[in-house]
Amino acid sequence: MKFLRNTIDKIKPNFEKGGKLSFLHSVFDGFETFLFVPNHTTKSGTHIKDGIDLKRTMFFVIIALIPATLFGIWNVGFQHYHAIDASTTFWDLNNLWFGVLKTLPIIIVSYMVGLGIEFAFCQIKGHPINEGFLVSGMLIPLVLPPDIPLWMVAVATAFAVIVGKEVFGGTGMNILNPALTARVFLYIAYPVEMAGEIWVSGIGEGLVDAASGATALGAFGAGKAVSVPVMDSFIGMIPGCIGETSALACLIGGVFLIATGIGSWRIMLATVLGGLGMGLILNAIGGNPYYELPAYQHLIIGGFAFGAVFMATDPVSAAQTDMGKWIYGALIGVLTILIRVFNPAYPEGIMFAILFMNVMAPLIDNYVVKSNIKRRLSRVKA
Amino acid sequence: MQPFAKRNVAMSRVIKIKKGKDINLVGSAQKSTSDKTVSSSFAVKPTDFKNLIPKMVVKAGAEVKAGDVLFHDKTDDRVKFTAPVSGEVAEVVRGARRAIQEVRILADKEISYKSFDVPSSLTADSVKELLLESGLWTYIVQRPFGIVANPDVTPKAIHISCFDSAPLAADLSYALDGEAEAFAKGVEALKQLTSGKIHLNVNSKDSNPSFISKVQGAEVTQFNGPHPAGLVGVQIHHIDPINKGEHVWTVNPQHVVFIGRLFLTGQLDKSQKVALAGSDLVNPQYTSTISGTNMAALLEGNVKSDNARIISGNVLTGNTIGKDGYLGHFDTMVSVIPEGDEYEFLGWLFPSYARPTISNSLPLSKFVKKEFVANTNIHGEERAFVVTGQYEKVLPMDIYPVYLLKAILAQDLEAMENLGIYEVIEEDMALCEFVCTSKINVQSILNDGLTLMEEEG
Repeated sequence: MKFLRNTIDKIKPNFEKGGKLSFLHSVFDGFETFLFVPNHTTKSGTHIKDGIDLKRTMFFVIIALIPATLFGIWNVGFQHYHAIDASTTFWDLNNLWFGVLKTLPIIIVSYMVGLGIEFAFCQIKGHPINEGFLVSGMLIPLVLPPDIPLWMVAVATAFAVIVGKEVFGGTGMNILNPALTARVFLYIAYPVEMAGEIWVSGIGEGLVDAASGATALGAFGAGKAVSVPVMDSFIGMIPGCIGETSALACLIGGVFLIATGIGSWRIMLATVLGGLGMGLILNAIGGNPYYELPAYQHLIIGGFAFGAVFMATDPVSAAQTDMGKWIYGALIGVLTILIRVFNPAYPEGIMFAILFMNVMAPLIDNYVVKSNIKRRLSRVKA
Repeated sequence: MQPFAKRNVAMSRVIKIKKGKDINLVGSAQKSTSDKTVSSSFAVKPTDFKNLIPKMVVKAGAEVKAGDVLFHDKTDDRVKFTAPVSGEVAEVVRGARRAIQEVRILADKEISYKSFDVPSSLTADSVKELLLESGLWTYIVQRPFGIVANPDVTPKAIHISCFDSAPLAADLSYALDGEAEAFAKGVEALKQLTSGKIHLNVNSKDSNPSFISKVQGAEVTQFNGPHPAGLVGVQIHHIDPINKGEHVWTVNPQHVVFIGRLFLTGQLDKSQKVALAGSDLVNPQYTSTISGTNMAALLEGNVKSDNARIISGNVLTGNTIGKDGYLGHFDTMVSVIPEGDEYEFLGWLFPSYARPTISNSLPLSKFVKKEFVANTNIHGEERAFVVTGQYEKVLPMDIYPVYLLKAILAQDLEAMENLGIYEVIEEDMALCEFVCTSKINVQSILNDGLTLMEEEG
């Protein structure tokens, strides 16, 4: 490590003010602080600080995404081979290999485009590079279909980073969840492509019978019964976005986030309860297949689990007060089911529900904080 | 019949504080007192007081007795700052823009005391006059804002926190052992100054420390829970919170003892037991000295490394004073911890040593390690505010800390008022600063807000 440290110290002056490469200062700083926690000490205020920082926080979200990512990669391959030949087995290593070939380019494009823009913005503004995109860059590929053209990944990522985040001032200042911004941008800007045959890899090239490419939600939206076995959709062996099909993988990630205290258990629990509650109400009313889909099944099809665990919990765009988090989460759950059931044209209700609640979150917090103010004022009167 | 305080404790209310965090550091002071000789250099530091502009009364070279006035507050000449020892005013140290930093005194071998006339009957006016004259008034802290009390105000209550829950804090039961009489006298004097009650807020684990045993006519409340349960601001919030327009005064028990001694003897005797604590001390223990002492002689041979930070006060709110610095006006302890000016390879991912934390994401530090050698490294870089819900975990008050800080940054006076700025001072939110993932300087922001509020109000 000494050698590495010495090397960095040797080249560091080049990147500082007046150095030859000072225009790359933020980028250099980003890499340096990645390798070494700086030797900065406290100057005023508390003399000691907690061991947690934003790098560790963000990295733990990445760790939580590992099960969903690995499963997603495998599932891309499995869906592909399964569509060609129904006798394909779970353990076929080709699944994984095919998945890697399909998915890796999407992940690389997402990171390259996103980090490139992020670096450029930080450099221009003279800010240190923020860790936020480490997570967004992983989330974006996981909510995209496997056969999406790479140029669309690039456009969507650029849109999400610039319009979703940087125009507001960068990480910590954004109103909308950047990854969902990317997803919805594609959904609205390229409806034909997104509704097309990109959900199971290979349909577009005619390799695979198109009929087998329908997602559970797609079938649901078309008014057909959801015929996928419950266990398959819980484990995630269904067509869908790369990382979102497996409720099990999301559950593992969610447990990890809650155990480490990185993700808000309030939001996750409230979202699930909201969705379950709304589903049960509709079940009780009954009358058509949309209403009658068992409430618990809503939780394991489409992006519900992924959204509840990884998207709704983004601390920057979510509600910030504890009470606000309960309300925010519950409304996401309720809205997701409402959108799915009452407007089957938008089967992916959760992304709209979360984005809508992102916008509403400050309002919710405002009312929670106002009640605190009222309590304080009523104290004087009493 | 039992003494009043004892009966009171038995009946007293217990308030449970659930939020917060005890930061357990290596090197708490052993209950023994070092025989180190008293230092010959002392200082009174105007910088220990918020926004104070001092007006010198004596010049360098003057001879003073313990209790003689050195300077007073430029905006209110009744508030005087006096010499803790007798001797020669050696130097008036000035900093940027000639602001006075320290008034140093070279102490006599044998301290001679100015003698004050103690009023035969205690009334609000006579107590006030003696406290102002002796300089002990400056130990009375006024909330809102945490400033030296305004003599024209009658507070609705006076609160005395009888225990300190900060990291490595002095055990007041030990430090104030044998001071019961002076403490009781101090409380009796202070009682004249308020229209309401005197509150003694004690630790439920040590609900009847010997130094409060002779107190009469005070309301005792027990507190139970982690730091900041010992902070008087938290205690006030739970007993009787401060509303707009109200004033509450607080005094540290050590300073109540100073006041009591003055009323018992007519002399300004600021001798106190100071806890020397921290992992970079060879022998952490108490030392008998006088407020304002130079620390060099007292720490000599006791500091392990050259790269240690010497802090007057605790590690959350104290001031760095350096090896040759002076004990702060309000401080009852000195903390000595290692500096953390070292790079740590991938330290954010694989921390190379345990460090105090409230985060479950550092399981070894959070759940396994019990006592820490904490250094001054920031453990990360300052970032925009991202992670929510952290400050709330360590602020046991019905206040939304992040919204209060945002109101301060926006300089929105009305919002600051509505969100409870009158109820907090910097120390109350020090733990928020400690736990912050984005390493935001919470106390400094709050200080800006309090200063702005005080100027505008």
